[in-house]
Amino acid sequence: MTDAVQFRFRDDEMTTSPAVTFEACCEQSNATAVRLEPGDDARALLPFLDRLELVEVNFPAYTDGRGYSAARILREEGYTGELRAVGDVLVDQIAYMRRCGFDAFAPATPMDEGDVDAALNRFPQVYQKMVDGRRPIPDLRHE
Amino acid sequence: MYLYDSYDQAMVDARVEEFRDQAQRRLEGRITEEQFRPLRLMNGLYLQLHAYMLRVAIPYGTLNSTQMHMLADIADKYDRGYGHFTTRQNIQYNWIKLEETADLLADLASVEMHAIQTSGNCIRNISSDHFAGAAADELVDPRPYAELLRQWSSFHPEFSYLPRKFKIAVIAAETDRAAMKLHDIGIQIIKNDAGELGAAFYVGGGMGRTPMIAPMIREFVPLDQLITYAEACLRVYNRYGRRDNKYKARIKILVHELGKEEYTAQVEEEFKHMLEQGVEPPFAELERLRTFFEDPAFADGAKTVDRSDPDFALWVDRNTHRHKRDNYVSAVISLKPVGGIPGDASAEQMHLMADLAKEFSFDELRVMHTQNIVLPHVRIADLHALWTRLEAAGLGAPNLDTIEDIIACPGLDYCSLANARSIPLAQRISERFAENGRTEELGELKLKISGCINACGHHHAGHIGILGVDKKGTENYQLLLGGSEAQDTSLGKITGRGFDENGVIDAIETVTDIYLEKREDGERFLDTYRRIGMDPFKEALYD
Ligand code: SF4
Repeated sequence: MTDAVQFRFRDDEMTTSPAVTFEACCEQSNATAVRLEPGDDARALLPFLDRLELVEVNFPAYTDGRGYSAARILREEGYTGELRAVGDVLVDQIAYMRRCGFDAFAPATPMDEGDVDAALNRFPQVYQKMVDGRRPIPDLRHE
Repeated sequence: MYLYDSYDQAMVDARVEEFRDQAQRRLEGRITEEQFRPLRLMNGLYLQLHAYMLRVAIPYGTLNSTQMHMLADIADKYDRGYGHFTTRQNIQYNWIKLEETADLLADLASVEMHAIQTSGNCIRNISSDHFAGAAADELVDPRPYAELLRQWSSFHPEFSYLPRKFKIAVIAAETDRAAMKLHDIGIQIIKNDAGELGAAFYVGGGMGRTPMIAPMIREFVPLDQLITYAEACLRVYNRYGRRDNKYKARIKILVHELGKEEYTAQVEEEFKHMLEQGVEPPFAELERLRTFFEDPAFADGAKTVDRSDPDFALWVDRNTHRHKRDNYVSAVISLKPVGGIPGDASAEQMHLMADLAKEFSFDELRVMHTQNIVLPHVRIADLHALWTRLEAAGLGAPNLDTIEDIIACPGLDYCSLANARSIPLAQRISERFAENGRTEELGELKLKISGCINACGHHHAGHIGILGVDKKGTENYQLLLGGSEAQDTSLGKITGRGFDENGVIDAIETVTDIYLEKREDGERFLDTYRRIGMDPFKEALYD
């Protein structure tokens, strides 16, 4: 049950393995793709990070922001595979999601490409250090 | 005070254009009201009973005269000629048109102001001590830390869809003038035994349905780890705060359900991890921010006033606060005229306050969470001239911290969640006490009114609190006694069954009579209540 990927900011091949549930991933030693639900603990995936190629983070409702923490934690812990936001993913969230480490988007309702482009390029700078490598304003001020 | 550099300005300008685009999409029908709702909420735009309401952020309540003039112009241009200062040191406009909102935001941006994150389930405007940088009793000015937190929390990618709204207050004096322990995070800047500055963190306070006083979870966070520690507190909340029930979603419930020890342990673990991520802004940034809050060029002058005019003497006694320089005071402009709407100011009054700030207070004003305005640095020698101008404009009410200095939420006159009206009740109470002449005799008495259990009027924290409830379709008011939002924070207790509007005004008079009868030397209402307990008040009210 993979939603269609509308935007992908990676150059590697997209995996064809279906994402298994979090529980299945923790039990089964060879899964390479997993789907996290909001209540799943991203840190439980740490032992498997080497073999994972895709982590889908589901947003059943855009208002549930747990997935932002899950994504950022995985990146902080060194995960380099695809991090895909699926579900109720809206254009006005996409810039924040990129900053938290998402690099693929499979929204339940496709987004307008022009709107996405505008949203991703709207803000010239950022205030926080996140996992996207951008230098935050407080750092830029003291270069 | 803090001034934007080109980075800050570019961010705020970008936000205006983003909102213009979103509002345009809504006006053209390309997005539904439901899709638009979260977007306008991130920009402080609420749909109220009669119109849109826009809440403008006033970071830690500090503004200059140019900004105050602009707030007045906005009241004239986009509203009906007035604005409403709120209990979170912000200002609200109640009659805003969606078509004009982007232009309004652009006007705000032209004076380094915005409405970013003044609503929504994100980190809200940072509040602070309204006497910051002026009070005789403060350790340091808390505002550089508040500004550091403001920038960090603006457009925070991880913490913009929290379980619920999130409010932070920063103080740096033992006397708490910002209700710090009733915030999601309360920070007190302190000095440790080694003489180093750091931050004590209190987490999980709040009002609303389930009022709670925040426990201290860390005694001392070094200043170069402040943001990192805040990130850890927020991350644990974002991941584990309840999302199944809106009324249990604030961090106070998480801290309460986990227990302070377990929450703290989780924060500490996350903190250890965050330290490795290097998310803290460079310390040079904090030093840069401090330079914006250095003392103005204070002048010498008289240390006392001529008290021959009793009205002036009363105003000086009531409405000024001790300054760190003994020939200065902080002067409070009361927005609580007898029979007026608490916190409302007309455009004309705002212009005047701006002019007076320029003339008498180094171009600075503060908004108090009690919905009054402060001129933080006024020379004692200038007080009479200032007071004369205020009196002439009807802004000289000598009632700071008295029973007339009422905090009231918008209530049923504006708010779609309300059970009862707050504003007319506040108006009638101040009229009653002005008539019976007891205001001055009663001394410090903090009265707070909320129109429903959401407690925007902070009724739990009033020496006397009033809560509007719905009783079989009619407005009914419960009375609470014994709350405090100061350093001795406590929550008020309900006296018993509620009253109708006339009944609750009589009831307040009754409890103040009991106080006057029972008080001992120098006791405030709250002190007497704490000494004698609820029973004597109950007897007088219900027997
Ligand atoms: S306390 Fe209730 S009535 Fe008053 S402003 Fe808040 S939500 Fe509205």
